Amino acid sequence: MIKLSHWILVASLALSAPLARADDAAGASAVPAPAAASEATPAATPAASPAGAPTEPMLVGADKVSSGDTAWMLTSSALVLMMCVPGLALFYGGMVRKKNVLATLMQSFACTCLVTILWWVIGYSWAFTPGNGFVGGSARAWFSGIAFIHGDTAAKLTVSHLAPTIPETVYAMFQMTFAIITPALIAGAFADRMKFSAMLLFLGVWSLAVYAPIAHMVWEPTGWLNAAGVLDYAGGTVVHINAGIAGLASCLVLGKRIGYGRESMQPHNLTLTLIGASLLWVGWFGFNAGSATAADGRAGMAMLATQMATAAAALGWMFAEWFSKGKPSVLGIASGAVAGLVAVTPASGFVAPTAAVIIGLAAGVVCYFAATSLKHAFGYDDSLDAFGVHGIGGILGALLTGVLFSSEISGVDKTVPAQLWIQTKGVLTTVVYGFVVSYAILVVLDKTIGLRVTEEQEREGLDISLHGESIE
Amino acid sequence: MKLITAIIKPFKLDDVRKAISEVGVQGVTVTEVRGFGRQRGHTEIYRGAEYMVEFVPKTKIEIAVEDSLVDQVVEAIQKSARTGKVGDGKIFVVGLTQVVRIRTGERDASAI
Repeated sequence: MIKLSHWILVASLALSAPLARADDAAGASAVPAPAAASEATPAATPAASPAGAPTEPMLVGADKVSSGDTAWMLTSSALVLMMCVPGLALFYGGMVRKKNVLATLMQSFACTCLVTILWWVIGYSWAFTPGNGFVGGSARAWFSGIAFIHGDTAAKLTVSHLAPTIPETVYAMFQMTFAIITPALIAGAFADRMKFSAMLLFLGVWSLAVYAPIAHMVWEPTGWLNAAGVLDYAGGTVVHINAGIAGLASCLVLGKRIGYGRESMQPHNLTLTLIGASLLWVGWFGFNAGSATAADGRAGMAMLATQMATAAAALGWMFAEWFSKGKPSVLGIASGAVAGLVAVTPASGFVAPTAAVIIGLAAGVVCYFAATSLKHAFGYDDSLDAFGVHGIGGILGALLTGVLFSSEISGVDKTVPAQLWIQTKGVLTTVVYGFVVSYAILVVLDKTIGLRVTEEQEREGLDISLHGESIE
Repeated sequence: MKLITAIIKPFKLDDVRKAISEVGVQGVTVTEVRGFGRQRGHTEIYRGAEYMVEFVPKTKIEIAVEDSLVDQVVEAIQKSARTGKVGDGKIFVVGLTQVVRIRTGERDASAI
């Protein structure tokens, strides 16, 4: 098993070699060249036209870095990390049966650690260096080339072309927290029945084979979806549709939990779930407002839009449940809030508050039905509704972004039908690529080391079976 | 000697404890249990999945008493635990063959 993961890491590095050759020449020489350009013509930088905009990380004078932006982005990174640990960990942990709570917490925590390392090795480079339309190069493998002090006379830093007013260390860290939480979300689909070793391998390979390329395609200027004009402010496509569809693939390959539909599988502690949902809500301001990569009006509007959508969605789900089942539940309002957070993610920096309320309300109601009726109609066991909330919520949000974007805020002046079509392309690409590759990784793992725990282990509980611990 | 076991509604525990103290009972053991008799359970709904929860939380109290006190204790429990609604519970009286106080080794009557 250890050998297999080493092989996978080496293989992924080897695969990036051809890409590296293509852009290494550009990457190696580009570091001094843009620096010379930016040093020689500092006045030209703010007035630079889109045609002259930087396309890759570059060295700039430390005075070009904004302390306000940097302070906010340092904070945002911490907030998004908190979303995963303990936010998501508790949100999911409270929803599973008591015998599986530690294993569920462990999934989020271990994923955080694993993806941190993978991001350093090659993930960041594949996502956020130019490369080709599909994936980046290896110029930033092992974070090589990220300079925070350079030279004796003047302090210089590298900055990402996508966030030129903050140090690249901060940008890489911020994006790392996104890369961390995305695979952790998938765990909601396979809760209660996946082997820990198989999960580590699956999420590790997935983060490199699916997350990094999709992040590249949507957020890098050279990525083909970005070039096509897909609007995804903070990761509706990259994070939520991606995780949701991988979740769907997971529950289809793994199959249902033993006793699903017959035995009682109530959440064992909704107090934990609500605490988790609250941490997610607060942390999400780092996720959405932090995607402004600046402490400015755009961030402010993104934060406001996020809040409006979340509250509207929580109420939407709550009322939908109240009318259809007779009681408003805590799990319902918490789930509704998360659905709103998911749906407003792609839209947050592009919409006005009114649009955010509409997006939230739609997400609350639609995701309520997706997590209840849709799931039971199709019969798949998406334990914690990774697909129902993140997948469906993400798709809804991505499409509504194409309908409700404000030209004034987003700077996009396409017509709604045109933008909606572009959004659809983004959604379809992510859904198809994500599903196919996730399914393939899962099937390979299932045939080699096996994905699912044994029946006795599932009955006894993953805490004892996989981790030798229990909370009783 | 007899062992009196009573299954009562949890919120009645304090009332019952006071009532049996007044009758002269010195000690009692309390356990949280679940069960049902004629009382129906309830339905819980989590994200659209309905769960019929048949077992209702109850409190079980166990008291060891001298034969002479049995009737008074049973009556005290029944009066203090009663609400008049379905689910009030039951009292069981079984014979005790031996009682030992662990600290001193006293047996039977002096151990109760």
